[in-house]
Amino acid sequence: MNDLWQQLFILPTDQIPWWAEVFRSVIRLVIALAGGLGSVPILVWLERRLLGWFQGRLGPNRVGPFGLLQPLADALKLMMKEDIIPTNVDRTIYVMAPAIALFPVILSLTVLPWNGSREWGAVAPNIDIGILFLLAVGSIEVYGAILAGWSSNNKYSLLGGLRASSQVISYELGMGLSIVSVLLIAGTLGTQSLVMGYDLSQTGVLAPGTLLGNGQAIVSVASVGDTGYTVYEHAASSGFWDWHFLRLFPFGLIATGIYMISMIAETNRAPFDLPEAETELVAGFHTEYSSFKFAMFFMGEYANMLIVSAICVTLFFGGWLAPFGFLSQLPAVTGLYVAPGVVNFVNSFVIAPFWLFTKLYVLIGLFIAVRASFPRLRYDMLMKFGWKGMLPVALGNLVLIATSLAVQQVTFPSLGYYGAWWAGQGVAWGITLVVVGILFYGKYVQYQAKKRVARTTDLIAPIRRPTVIVPTPSAPAPEA
Amino acid sequence: MPGQTNSLLNSYIPVLCMGLMALFLVVVFVGLSRILGPQRPTPQKLAPYECGVTPIGSARERFPIKFYLIAMLFIVFDIETVFLYPWAATFRHSGGMMLFNLFEMAVFVGILLVGYVYVWRRGAFEWDN
Repeated sequence: MNDLWQQLFILPTDQIPWWAEVFRSVIRLVIALAGGLGSVPILVWLERRLLGWFQGRLGPNRVGPFGLLQPLADALKLMMKEDIIPTNVDRTIYVMAPAIALFPVILSLTVLPWNGSREWGAVAPNIDIGILFLLAVGSIEVYGAILAGWSSNNKYSLLGGLRASSQVISYELGMGLSIVSVLLIAGTLGTQSLVMGYDLSQTGVLAPGTLLGNGQAIVSVASVGDTGYTVYEHAASSGFWDWHFLRLFPFGLIATGIYMISMIAETNRAPFDLPEAETELVAGFHTEYSSFKFAMFFMGEYANMLIVSAICVTLFFGGWLAPFGFLSQLPAVTGLYVAPGVVNFVNSFVIAPFWLFTKLYVLIGLFIAVRASFPRLRYDMLMKFGWKGMLPVALGNLVLIATSLAVQQVTFPSLGYYGAWWAGQGVAWGITLVVVGILFYGKYVQYQAKKRVARTTDLIAPIRRPTVIVPTPSAPAPEA
Repeated sequence: MPGQTNSLLNSYIPVLCMGLMALFLVVVFVGLSRILGPQRPTPQKLAPYECGVTPIGSARERFPIKFYLIAMLFIVFDIETVFLYPWAATFRHSGGMMLFNLFEMAVFVGILLVGYVYVWRRGAFEWDN
């Protein structure tokens, strides 16, 4: 009996049989689903209430206190509605599309950590390639939109699906490159290690006093055997200034900005909501969907908001860590009065998730505020911004981070930790200034030339733009 | 240690469980409204929705080649990103090889940059002409 208890709850993952791991997985999975999908109704409610507030309306306030039960009522209504499958749709794909849209979103929950335990910290806390997993799974999502749009046999749907696919893949580049920047800084692919600031796969269990990669130190390690948790207490002196968004200033911050813009575009939300622009395309790729199939797209979108925010928090904003180190766990003195197991439980399952969700909801609030503040982009502006703005900036940022790190590595023996930091950053800042200067000078020259042309010829005849893709011999492109 | 060999397998069991759970949920959701909702189809109800106007022709029409172009460019640059991942993950740990690694990456990105500039100059990113 005691042996079974040990196997199911206490022993580390690599010492238990596979069925015990299945049991643990199911527990963790239920926690993750409760946190992930359970948040969807709250998100919907929050969004409608906040939008109402921003626009001087009331928002839903009839069903339940403050309208809290409104999303549940909506879900119930959608469940009871007739499931229409229009004529001439591609039936198999039509039915599969909402499933393909929702499936990867749920699967993404697997590697997002909610505390530092290697046994109970995420659905799959021991995977060293969490970020790759997230990217691989996240890329599937776009298929839901494409297939829904194509199979519906509706012109609006087709246009919505096309728009969604190009938009999502265009912004995935900036997103991927900003994630690579963080990997450069952190030197690991595991989500758990990214938050903690060191590479679990390389160091194993760390001794107290170890300095972590992000400047934090481990104060104590609760032993694995008697509590069931491997808890690394972080130094109370660490805090938000150690998180990745402030590392290698301002390059971490630029990567964060690029990721945050891409994440809004990836989830097809305003101001990037062209795939479902209701004034042009009715409802975009899910125009023909009704009943719970529509609800699945809806759920997928909101759960996806939560997932991309959670990835953002994990990568850039310290995951479940508190903004000030001493808030990450109960004060050590508590251990004198309460059993260490209880202290660890509160640290891992109350305090850490509390900080995670606080950060998540701040980001969600940002999503909603952005939606309320900005008008929708035009499609050519959207693509231009993605390909000519985000991609080169993200790539340049990546190169600068690598340069800074390499210079730091080379100068470290002679200059020490802080000297090397200033040397690396100095080189990177210098390159940035030179490149930005050259770009601005080029723009200035172009602007001057344009002004001259405008003065002389624009009044007589409008400038013909050079057609670049198919140059026609009859109309030679005028030199601007 | 008796179960040491379980390590890798045990790390990926949760992924399998989550996959099965997600599959189950998705299938249930798709089936749910089929079972709970009424089924009273009429020809008008089943027609494609085009704001009340009777649809003309099929929706499976040809669409602008730009979307195709974007997809191809995406593959090029996404593969670039994929190649950068392992490099990025090991860069910090490369010690004395760091400058060499930086140079290698600069060559790789440089080659792509030439392609990027070419594509830009050819106007593949222009949507308004």
